[in-house]
Amino acid sequence: MHELSIVSSIVESVIETLEAYPGARVKEVRLRVGALASVVEDSLQFCYGIATENTPLQGSALVVTLLPVVMYCAPCGHCVELEGVQSFRCPRCGELLGDLRQGRELEIESIEIDEADATNDVEVNP
Amino acid sequence: MTTRIVELRRGILKKNDELAAGLRQRYTAAGVLVLNLVSSPGTGKTAFLEWTLRELRARGSRVAALVGDLETDNDARRLAASGAPVRQINTHGICHLEAEMVGKHLEGWELGALDYLFIENVGNLVCPSSYDLGERIRVALLSVTEGEDKPLKYPTLFNSADAAVITKMDIAGPCGFDRETALRNINEIRPGIRILETSAKTGAGMEEWLDYLGEERVKRGAS
Repeated sequence: MHELSIVSSIVESVIETLEAYPGARVKEVRLRVGALASVVEDSLQFCYGIATENTPLQGSALVVTLLPVVMYCAPCGHCVELEGVQSFRCPRCGELLGDLRQGRELEIESIEIDEADATNDVEVNP
Repeated sequence: MTTRIVELRRGILKKNDELAAGLRQRYTAAGVLVLNLVSSPGTGKTAFLEWTLRELRARGSRVAALVGDLETDNDARRLAASGAPVRQINTHGICHLEAEMVGKHLEGWELGALDYLFIENVGNLVCPSSYDLGERIRVALLSVTEGEDKPLKYPTLFNSADAAVITKMDIAGPCGFDRETALRNINEIRPGIRILETSAKTGAGMEEWLDYLGEERVKRGAS
């Protein structure tokens, strides 16, 4: 249950990125989460609402892409995707596998923002 | 308003990972072998570590320990009875140790004067798996009272471990512990992992654990 720490790190990271885009609002934050990252999407979503309150991320959507575990199987000579995390055996040949190629990811892939227009619009009061 | 997509491709725990990488460099430069001990609450990490600190010291090794708990310094006091330097890290509600907490609690310690540094993580089989502490060896502990399917229930932690220790083997019989199934389950989640079957109470299997530590020091150039 460390989703709140994780979400706080996301907010911190996004705010840092926004420094290059003054006045921008965040519409969406996209994550890539591996099956072995030990985070639960529901908890992430719940914490996200709380952690983004009164920040430029408030009201934005958190989109999570879950990544399956991918291992390299030497006897087969290529990477194989595991169906779950209950057995680290090659689904083709049954070999036990130790060479992990994907599954521990916990990263922000991208953010979608609404940028304030760069033109120097001046409001003119008649 | 213009909509724009900004690619980040940034690890969410990047800050922790960077601090951990810095710690790992310090440990390597100092020649100290650092182990991160992770298990559920009640597996017997502290008893296991008490025996380890006491016996390593008796054999002339220089050892120290950091111990994480939400509250109390009970474990630090137990471990300090071995005579080794020990510091308690109270996380006050946080369910795992982070590299920053470890770095802070190492202040003032001469790492070059140590052979082994043990970090006893907060009792939790989920969250500690995401937080690198800069350790060389992550040890997952499992007691015979917990059920043989623990590795299947918590694959993330067992899959990220370098060694698995089964504790309380002295009560394996009364607990109806199915050793073969437990070993098979560990191997199914982390194929080829070194498994040590121990009892800190009787000392069974503990010599093999010390041998393992010695081998790892040599293998990882820490000696």
